[in-house]
Amino acid sequence: MATTEVTRSIDARGMPCPGPLMSLIGAIRESQVGDVIEVLSSDEGSKTDIPAWVAKAGHELAEIEPDDGFSRFIVKKAR
Amino acid sequence: MLGVYGTGASRDEGGRTMDGEGTFSVALFSGTDDKLHAAAVLAVGAAAMGRKVEIFLQYWALDAFRADRVMKDHGVAPEAGEEGLAAMLAQGKPHWSELLRQAKDLGDVQIHACGDSMEMFHITKDDLDPLVDGIWGVASFFMAADGPVTFI
Repeated sequence: MATTEVTRSIDARGMPCPGPLMSLIGAIRESQVGDVIEVLSSDEGSKTDIPAWVAKAGHELAEIEPDDGFSRFIVKKAR
Repeated sequence: MLGVYGTGASRDEGGRTMDGEGTFSVALFSGTDDKLHAAAVLAVGAAAMGRKVEIFLQYWALDAFRADRVMKDHGVAPEAGEEGLAAMLAQGKPHWSELLRQAKDLGDVQIHACGDSMEMFHITKDDLDPLVDGIWGVASFFMAADGPVTFI
């Protein structure tokens, strides 16, 4: 997983809920199937919201990595 | 418009959206920025998760949707106090009208003004922000609401 190539990175740290999720949705819309989006979020809600939305929308959550004060989500557009 | 089930998400025979659960129906009464913001956050979340959203504007919420008043300071609920208000402003939240635009962009989100409240304020559809899709009587709202109604 560590070798996953990121197509686009979004730094949503400091953005309140639901900003990081909205940024991810916007990026997914503009992406091609197979693209990999990285989201950095310090919003606590993102920890459950991003996995929930990714599952609902039928994409792939490749990775969640807790970092110092924020989390890093790697999402692959699957459809 | 009296399209009972709107136009967006496809529905099964029970009127439930195929990809979400039921319609998220909100009777939005409050006109303070904190409650409008909380309602808008719920609308965005519901739309993101594939739920149809139906918002019915009554009383002070309707007043806040007047085209010339959307962006004005609508204050906060009394329980906020000085400290609560400061905390809210410090977070730099997007304006509730912007969140509602995002919700509409994401999914099937309809906002209707209560006809009775329109009469109370002596206003017409032209006085309202374009976020408002039309004017409904209360029975029309319940025709569209296929489950519980959340009152804010």
